[in-house]
Amino acid sequence: MYQNENVFSRTSESALATNKVLRNTYALLSITLLFSAVMAFVGVAMKISVLTAIIADVVAFVILWFVLPRTANSAAGLPVIFAFTGLLGLGLGPVIARYLAVNPSIVMTALGGTGVIFLSLSAYALTTKRDFSFMAGFLMVGMFVIIGAAILNIFMQIPVLSLAISAAVILIMSGFILYETSSIINGGERNYIMATASLFLSILNIFTALLRLLGALGDD
Amino acid sequence: MSLEAILAAVLMGGMLVFIFPRMRDAVKNAPKGSTDDWKAAIIPILGVILFVILLIKIV
Repeated sequence: MYQNENVFSRTSESALATNKVLRNTYALLSITLLFSAVMAFVGVAMKISVLTAIIADVVAFVILWFVLPRTANSAAGLPVIFAFTGLLGLGLGPVIARYLAVNPSIVMTALGGTGVIFLSLSAYALTTKRDFSFMAGFLMVGMFVIIGAAILNIFMQIPVLSLAISAAVILIMSGFILYETSSIINGGERNYIMATASLFLSILNIFTALLRLLGALGDD
Repeated sequence: MSLEAILAAVLMGGMLVFIFPRMRDAVKNAPKGSTDDWKAAIIPILGVILFVILLIKIV
């Protein structure tokens, strides 16, 4: 009897911890997305150059690779994640300005589309409670191939390859949303700051890839 | 070749260097999924594909 109570207590503790990580992740993700949108608006309003945007992206990734892992377990992780998401938002400025100049509805459609994709995939992972950790190898190899192809296309400038990369980015990032959400539910990810960074990157990549696809393949 | 393109290529090259050990680790250590597991992952991703096609038709 005592043993059963102990098991029950440990299980409910684990469920509470999972719920806490999930709640904190979604709360932080909402705020960082909002902050990133504000920074993107600042980038559009200030008409920042492509060079400035790339420098902002480089600094953001330096923060992601070298600063965030060292600070994610402390309160210092919060300003760091805001710096990371804010810089990536600022880096979106020139891209959004270009699409706003051509057809503003593309930006709104991409924004709404990204929201629907993220919410649907999260809801699917949350309701099925499946463990998608088996996808890790496939997703990492997919991302590696996509980045390799993107580097190649910087030099070759093939429009069809650019569209194929955008389509592949949407699929791989959708997989990452399933993977990361299931990782939080099943206890694989216990740090809400790292979970937020991962989900934020997936959402941002889906948004930019959708922008490119809608801009190139839309009727207008 | 512009400075922007070179910087973007360097950034992506850094991503490859950063991702490579994680990719190797994931390929070696990730659990293997059953057919049912893969089906459960592919169904929502197919839904995403259909949704993106719909968005392209709308715009």
